[in-house]
Amino acid sequence: MPEVILSAHDLVKHYPIRSGVLRRVTGAVKAVDGVSFELHEGETLGIVGESGCGKSTLGRLLMRLEEPTSGRVVFQGEDWSSASGAALRKIRRNIQIVFQDPYTSLNPRMTVGDIIGEPYEIHPDVVPESKRRARVQELLDLVGLNPEHIHRYPHQFSGGQRQRIGIARGIALNPKVLICDEPVSALDVSVQAQVVNLMEKLQSELGLAYVFIAHDLSVVRHISDRVGVMYLGRMAELGTEDEVYDHPTHPYTQALLSAVPVPDPTLRGKREQIVLVGDVPSPANPPKGCRFHTRCWKVQDICRTEEPQLIMQPDTIGAHRSACHFAEVRKIVETVDVSNVPLSSVVLSADAAEAAAHDHPSAPTLP
Amino acid sequence: MTTTTQSRADAKAAAAHAAYQPVDGRLLDVENLHVHFHTSDGVAKAINGVSFHLDQGESLAILGESGSGKSVTAQAIMGILDVPPAKIPEGHIRYCGQDLLAMPEEQRRKTRGPEISMIFQDALSSLNPVFPVGWQIAEMFREHRGLNKSDALAQAVRLMERVSIPGAKARVKAYPHQFSGGMRQRIMIAMAIALDPAILIADEPTTALDVTVQAQIMSLLQELQQERKMGLILITHDLGVVADVADRIAVMYAGRLIETADVYTGYANPAHPYTKGLLDSLPRLDQKGQTLAAIPGLPPNLLKMPPGCAFHPRCPLARERCREERPELVEVRPGRFAACHYTEEVLHA
Repeated sequence: MPEVILSAHDLVKHYPIRSGVLRRVTGAVKAVDGVSFELHEGETLGIVGESGCGKSTLGRLLMRLEEPTSGRVVFQGEDWSSASGAALRKIRRNIQIVFQDPYTSLNPRMTVGDIIGEPYEIHPDVVPESKRRARVQELLDLVGLNPEHIHRYPHQFSGGQRQRIGIARGIALNPKVLICDEPVSALDVSVQAQVVNLMEKLQSELGLAYVFIAHDLSVVRHISDRVGVMYLGRMAELGTEDEVYDHPTHPYTQALLSAVPVPDPTLRGKREQIVLVGDVPSPANPPKGCRFHTRCWKVQDICRTEEPQLIMQPDTIGAHRSACHFAEVRKIVETVDVSNVPLSSVVLSADAAEAAAHDHPSAPTLP
Repeated sequence: MTTTTQSRADAKAAAAHAAYQPVDGRLLDVENLHVHFHTSDGVAKAINGVSFHLDQGESLAILGESGSGKSVTAQAIMGILDVPPAKIPEGHIRYCGQDLLAMPEEQRRKTRGPEISMIFQDALSSLNPVFPVGWQIAEMFREHRGLNKSDALAQAVRLMERVSIPGAKARVKAYPHQFSGGMRQRIMIAMAIALDPAILIADEPTTALDVTVQAQIMSLLQELQQERKMGLILITHDLGVVADVADRIAVMYAGRLIETADVYTGYANPAHPYTKGLLDSLPRLDQKGQTLAAIPGLPPNLLKMPPGCAFHPRCPLARERCREERPELVEVRPGRFAACHYTEEVLHA
């Protein structure tokens, strides 16, 4: 297994709730409440969960856009959470982020060249000033945009193209880790596939490691090597793509997988559906014991009092971690391996599609 | 609730529906519909000659990406387009044989709710934040059925119970912000089905919701449809949701229908390269080692439509003919329509 490049150790982020005239702290939103994992060189770790589970906060903590309440992030053996000055800058260079919304994450008053080149202002030693313009054009080409569009503004690009700009900015400093917070959720299906393919291409060419945060379980399965499932600020299950999707042991993972619709009408009514009751509890006041116990069909007394730890669970194909007192494998998804099935003649290969996208940088559509 | 209240409401409901009776089960006939938007940059042709129909108890999914005109189609049927900038230069929308576009506005207004109703993607911005939800649901009965306040409120509670809102009686006076996203969507559904409409249009009903909540809402919609024999028009970009719900699919691209089919054959053997492209570019939960065949390029700008077939700049099959001549939507197999010059090649791919 490749070396661990980034690891989180018991990360906690609580946001204080203030109330009353004196604005006293009366509680805390426990957005992330004790999350640990390791990211290996060149791999993709998918983080899935529903809204409010803390996956985006986790991304911001890894990026140190937020200071953790407690816990540590370690990058290549160095504790990033306490680094400062030059050491901090050096690590920052190696961990970059791509945001969800390509409309608000790019400054509308800056040209594309300035947006992608801005990281070099802060890290001037990466590319000498004389070569920056050429480097930015190289990056535009790499992400499938026309290098001559370096002087255009974000509004002259479509959503998918803007996300490519965001990715170009993310890889400008040759980082080792790219944190992607819902990078394709705002895009249409056909464009989403273009961006996912681009990210896979960049990973194999540049050896990037991704933390891919998303709510779409199908996209995460497609791109990830390992997957972590989050619920109310905690990791419920963590394992390889096969382990989590084919042999889920946590009831929440099982319910989540059963709720995902599959684009095949012949499976209608044949898929097992686990319908969860109620809503996700508030992260300001998470349930005692296991956080999932209020919605779990396996709940016993121990679940209400004792919080299960994320530990190795015996499994039919090796072992992976899940946080449940009564973890057992339940097959939800009937997986078909299509890696050897050739694409039909009508569709273009991913590369040809990429090249064609390059040739037709059309104007953005109407709002 | 007293039985007299219930029977009074039922009698009024029956009277309200008498004016419209479907002919041979046909509820809706949309014929050659055009919608243009007059903008400062020119005329954006959002819909260019769309025709389809909907039968009683049928679920029709209108599929398409952003800008394809699927939501505008729904708004045109519902009659809630902003005119201007929108304009309907041509076309007919016949509900039970009567052209909605030719009706006086007052008569048409009375169809919204009792005959055709709609639920929207964003329940929070579709509900009025300053009125209790019960009051908003009850408004349907006060406005259209002339029920008094307390009878209308009793009906609202009954509906909230029907859409499984826990503690309906206690929460009838709560405001929209006091509900979660899924519960707000249930309230929207309660409001939409309040007057027992023949057609329910659902415009991206679950797009803003988490996947577990989406499953709850979709199963509620299906249950209600079967119980009330409604015709359902589901507007969505989500091919997964469609596969679970729809009887027939209609795929839109750049303001035109490019394929209609029953859901099983449409998914198994698409007749248009765009439909095929959509299905091939979608990652699937139940597959591993999948190659995503992305459709190259972008949907066209509605102000500058390419000549010929609007899909030709992105199409792997495009030839000279596609650049010059626009393919019409024609019957390619019994009951299946597609707008492509080379549909046989797609069908045999």
